Amino acid sequence: MSTLPNPLMARLAEVRKSGDVAKLAEAIPYARWMRIAPENGTGELLTRMRYHEDLIGNTFLPAIHGGTLGAMLEMAAIFHLLWETETETVPKIVNITVDYLRSARPVDVIACAKVTKQGRRMVNVYAEAWQDDRAKPVATANAHFLIKSDDAPPSL
Amino acid sequence: MSSPLKDPDQRIVFFQQWFSDTIPHSKALGLKIIAVRRGFGSMQLDWREELVGNPETGVLAGGPLTALMDSCCGMSVATMLSEPKPFATLDLRIDYVRPATPGKAVIAEAECYRVTHSVAFTRAFAHHGDPKDPIAAAAGTFMLGTKGEVTRPQTIGAEVKP
Repeated sequence: MSTLPNPLMARLAEVRKSGDVAKLAEAIPYARWMRIAPENGTGELLTRMRYHEDLIGNTFLPAIHGGTLGAMLEMAAIFHLLWETETETVPKIVNITVDYLRSARPVDVIACAKVTKQGRRMVNVYAEAWQDDRAKPVATANAHFLIKSDDAPPSL
Repeated sequence: MSSPLKDPDQRIVFFQQWFSDTIPHSKALGLKIIAVRRGFGSMQLDWREELVGNPETGVLAGGPLTALMDSCCGMSVATMLSEPKPFATLDLRIDYVRPATPGKAVIAEAECYRVTHSVAFTRAFAHHGDPKDPIAAAAGTFMLGTKGEVTRPQTIGAEVKP
């Protein structure tokens, strides 16, 4: 296969120098399409999904589609692993469990993530998403990621 | 006159409208309903460059599969309801068992195997055409009778016969 570095890992190296974490999202087509990007304006790495009409899953309430909340929690976990840990490969998701706590209104969704347990090959990550009030999360997730390239199954 | 929902093709047309075309995110993903009957729903997600998670390999991100599974499990719940009630996803677990093949459409098949007064239980698999070779597996539960206006698809369970 190619000897070129993965575009995302190459981007990570640039971002480590510039500090502009939002640029990480530019290397991921799906993150661009969903308008999901990390930010660290407050010194804490957060991931924001900018509201746009294509996120709606229920036009009557209206509410953001649950699948997009799961997706942004997964992206928040990935950005956290890239930025806050020493991973040398793009983390590969093994599984994710999303709990839906409240319906998400048509405004931005923000998420934070933390590593619950770091192993040599596997990490367990917890992520939480909220809108206006951080004390009232709309969804939480637990996910496992493989962080070594050699025995990589899954997706990202 | 028999109900048009007894005809499998018309059922697909009906669910396509109410579970994809009128739901902005499902429409944006281009979800296609390919089968629906009581307790069962199947949807297809076509590969697109915008949905890629790893630009080096062209493999889909996890997010589109999560949205596909959530939608498909939800549709299987709708086929089971005998009276109109709105519902919402309570939790959803996805196991990504192997990477999706770049360029190939993903098919999800969801089964709603139990409905109680308040909760519906579903399972789903996603594959490229061979259910024995899955890409992802899901387990989702749904809370029934949540707030919000009742939408048409949630009222037709009683009309959908196997």
